[in-house]
Amino acid sequence: MHELALIQEVCALAQHAAREQGASSIHRLELRIGSLGGVDPEALRQAFAVVSASDPWRHTELALEVVPTRCFCADCRQAFSPVDVIHACPRCGQLASQVIAGRELELVALEVS
Amino acid sequence: MCGTCGCDSPQTATTRRLELHQGLLSRNDAQAAANRAHFRRHGLRTLNLLSAPGSGKTALLEQLARRWPRPPIGVIVGDLATDNDARRLQAAGARAVQIRTGDLCHLDAALVDRAFAQLDCRGIDLLVIENVGNLVCPTAFDLGEERRIAILSVTEGEDKPLKYPALFRSADAVLINKSDLADAVGFDRRSAIANLQAIAPQAELFELSARSGDGLDALIAWIDTGSNTSSCS
Repeated sequence: MHELALIQEVCALAQHAAREQGASSIHRLELRIGSLGGVDPEALRQAFAVVSASDPWRHTELALEVVPTRCFCADCRQAFSPVDVIHACPRCGQLASQVIAGRELELVALEVS
Repeated sequence: MCGTCGCDSPQTATTRRLELHQGLLSRNDAQAAANRAHFRRHGLRTLNLLSAPGSGKTALLEQLARRWPRPPIGVIVGDLATDNDARRLQAAGARAVQIRTGDLCHLDAALVDRAFAQLDCRGIDLLVIENVGNLVCPTAFDLGEERRIAILSVTEGEDKPLKYPALFRSADAVLINKSDLADAVGFDRRSAIANLQAIAPQAELFELSARSGDGLDALIAWIDTGSNTSSCS
């Protein structure tokens, strides 16, 4: 359950940014979570439910965008979406070592007032 | 009533959007970068050792402590509640510092920084961070190590890399441990290696037995490759 530690970190980053911008309330947190980031979106939602049971997060909405994995095949020179955990190119079968999307773990934006 | 959240505030709040694009682990990553620089200044080669509980991390480190060409080695060991591992490693000649993580399921860079402050690293050129036994949570946390080693023991089954791809994909080396038990548990070695090569083509593979010591020399040579010659003074 490192998702709880991650959510606490998100809250700390968000509060710091909101304070710097002179905002007193955070209405919405937008996160981008890559499917290879080692973070389970459902566990992250549950962790946020724990945090948002009390102030100042009671009225904050959590928006998660899950970014699917995209790889690049150096032989075919094309990007592809792997069908499972093995990143084999669907055209030539080569294992791709280059992941071009899916590792994101990002606090994208806040809505504040 | 506030139009945004329904609270009793008389004002209608105007919301605005703050674009941040900040890594969730940015503070950990910054501390990990500081750790890495700190370890380099001390002339230390550093490893982060990850695996499931019971796959042989501590047994491997006992062997490494006895066989490393320039002893002693330094170890930072993360465990939920006990200091058994640190005592075992000290008995094998390592300088070991225990981090009791309590309920925490992984080590982070700040914990490692605090533990490192307690380690007397004079005369040490190898530091191993033994992570909490867990195949999921430690993966995302950079501790400032140079290289990451994941262990798959034969008793865990050959499909472990397919079930926990993130950990194996992040490893510079994967050890197939408890090779002395492979026959007894019907371990399908070819399938395990095929799975590892499919999930983690970047990783060096070593088959060994931390208990008997078989296969350890190749691992020690790999760890020693390119290691810093100056040690901490």
